Amino acid sequence: METIPYTVTPREDTGLINAKLGIWLFLASEVMLFGGLFSAYIFLRLGAVSWPEGSSILNVPIGTFNTLVLIGSSVTMVLSWAALAEKRFDRFRLYLGLTMLLSLLFLVVKGFEYSEKFSHHLYPASSSFMAIYFTLTGLHALHIIGGLVVNGYLWGPGSKMWASDPERFTNRVEIAGLYWHFVDLVWIFLFPVLYLL
Amino acid sequence: MAEVHGEQSFWRKYIFSIDHKIIGIQYGITALFFLLFGFILMMIMRWQLAYPEQPVPIIGWLLGEEGILLPEVYNSLGAMHGTIMVFLGIVPLSVGAFGNYFVPLQIGAPDMTFPKLNMASYWFYFLGGIVMLASFFVPGGAANSGWTSYPPLAVIATMGQTMWLVGMVFLITSSLLGAVNFITTIIQLRVKGLTWMRLPFFVWSQLVTAFLLLLAFPPLEAAGVMQLMDRLAGTSFFLPSGLVVSGQVLEVTGGGSPLLWQHLFWFLAHPEVYVLILPAMGIVAEVLATNIRKPLWGYRAMVYSAVFLGFMSFIVWAHHMFLTGMGTTLSGFFQTTTMIISIPSVIILTAFLLSLWGGSIRFTTPMLFALGFIPMFGLGGLTGLPLGLAPADIHLHDTYYVIAHFHYMVAPGTIFALFAGVYHWFPKITGRRMNETLGKIHFWGSFVCMNGIFMPMFAQGMAGISRRLWDGGISYQFAQDAGVLWSNELISISAWVLFLFQIPFVYNLIRSIKGGEIVDDNPWEATTLEWAAPSPPPHGNFTEPLTVYRPAYEYSVPGAVKDFLPQHQPEEG
Repeated sequence: METIPYTVTPREDTGLINAKLGIWLFLASEVMLFGGLFSAYIFLRLGAVSWPEGSSILNVPIGTFNTLVLIGSSVTMVLSWAALAEKRFDRFRLYLGLTMLLSLLFLVVKGFEYSEKFSHHLYPASSSFMAIYFTLTGLHALHIIGGLVVNGYLWGPGSKMWASDPERFTNRVEIAGLYWHFVDLVWIFLFPVLYLL
Repeated sequence: MAEVHGEQSFWRKYIFSIDHKIIGIQYGITALFFLLFGFILMMIMRWQLAYPEQPVPIIGWLLGEEGILLPEVYNSLGAMHGTIMVFLGIVPLSVGAFGNYFVPLQIGAPDMTFPKLNMASYWFYFLGGIVMLASFFVPGGAANSGWTSYPPLAVIATMGQTMWLVGMVFLITSSLLGAVNFITTIIQLRVKGLTWMRLPFFVWSQLVTAFLLLLAFPPLEAAGVMQLMDRLAGTSFFLPSGLVVSGQVLEVTGGGSPLLWQHLFWFLAHPEVYVLILPAMGIVAEVLATNIRKPLWGYRAMVYSAVFLGFMSFIVWAHHMFLTGMGTTLSGFFQTTTMIISIPSVIILTAFLLSLWGGSIRFTTPMLFALGFIPMFGLGGLTGLPLGLAPADIHLHDTYYVIAHFHYMVAPGTIFALFAGVYHWFPKITGRRMNETLGKIHFWGSFVCMNGIFMPMFAQGMAGISRRLWDGGISYQFAQDAGVLWSNELISISAWVLFLFQIPFVYNLIRSIKGGEIVDDNPWEATTLEWAAPSPPPHGNFTEPLTVYRPAYEYSVPGAVKDFLPQHQPEEG
């Protein structure tokens, strides 16, 4: 009675492995975190005397580019999982590597955007809009970095598990993928709210 | 998991353990320390209220040359008393300690689903506690804007407030990891035959609590991030335009709203109220069922009530904000939901009361505490109703009445339930029983003192005494005629005597670890699964695979040989 059941095979009545249920719960909590910030955005905007149009301050083409980069990374993330399901470890490495490169590209572009704002003396303290912009995108960027760390682990040292317990490793990649899609999804909400509305 | 087998080093076994039982004990010891610490803060504050501006005895030298409790220190102690009691004391004890130790045992699981996250949860909690304690030593002292940290006051407060926010981020991370773990454990690791309606009520209460922690804490984290931005990056999330501080217009962009914080804070803090009370109800249910020797009355109704309570707790938060001028429509909505949410609590309490009817009650120490819980919680609950109605709340808001109300819920309510839990489960954790005589002294002394503290506060509050002020301010003048100021001394003396009555408890607890009466695996003749494990349970908990055959509380079954039928026992024999 020492090992914890349902780490690899799903429990019959729930149809779930532990980690999948865990990640969904974690994501529910994340929804509430970003939900809190989004509702703060609505609250502040409704109470504001004037609110700038996002496109007058932020660079929409760059934002669009970054959106595409992130969606692309979600696609490669799925492909890396699918590669494992087909037992193609080399392809898995390729696609997960691409995912990480795309997320790095996203961060570089984001950093470029930030520094452009700073060079125009636009800081979080400049206005309510800039405050919520930097807070939301900053927190999102932290989530990207978190995803990079997890994916980096699975690409590098963590991939040893493929040899010892391939099924469990495939599950791990799937769960990292669920997180990654969530981070992507948050951006898909952030982009129109901040850049377009 | 390979790493849980075999010989383990001291560090792995007792410090960085991934065994839910060790982690539970770690949580328990740390939380008891913080409960004592928070209580000491309050005992110092009570000196100032009983004997204003006189040097504080014993620890006065800590407070400066004259030994007088200064207003700014008083504010720090007040804010930290609330923070420590709620976030570092009661929740870690009821969820972190009891939940961690007994949820896996009661569902027949070998451990939590994610043992390493469980360890991380404890250490985040520990770090959060360290940050909170360290904040007493930064310039300006610990946070002093109340445990609610309302801006704009909190945004312009001293550095202790930044520490408070950082500490809270650690505590929220800890509770997130814990909540995910509890829910997956309860859903995934129930042993064969343990269907939902066979779960002990304690497990249900922990499940609902975990959902509240999972979903209510993140908005406070969002608010905490925004307040950190306000304090460190100069943003104005919570600062309105044209804010004047000490006669000077504050140089900020403005455009923010202090009310935004209140909404986000209470969106957490109202469910948090149920986080404080639900596990306590769970413990009381276990102790009652064991000591009345009959099934709990209305088990299903209790379960549905707990779940309904969980849902409703998300839509009552603004009843803390009737005085903000949010308008009658919103007030009307939140008054209605507040009245509705009182119904499930009443159902659970009524079920406890009716359970006693026709039982053959064993008046053990845990049972005394559980019985004490019922009227105390009832008193706290009923006195809460006027606060849920705006017309009465406008008068009572921010007075000692509010203090009395919610302390009846959490002090002689939840804390009594936690004591009941300690006495009840101590034999499972150690294999020994705590001393009954000392336990009874502890109970009766605490029971009298708790009422000595909180009962007079109702009168003080109705006379309008402000709950936050160092010297009562103008509210003392108003209260003069009502003749309630003398009770400040009574309250303070009751608080200090209450402290004395905790000494037999601490002595009993430490002494019984090695010197208590040795008992068998099921000393209370209880039915739930934790009593099927050896005392203390070994790594992996159970020596043989279990199957559950019946509901949780099969006591005094007609025709049975003994007066209890354990859940895992296949046939009557």
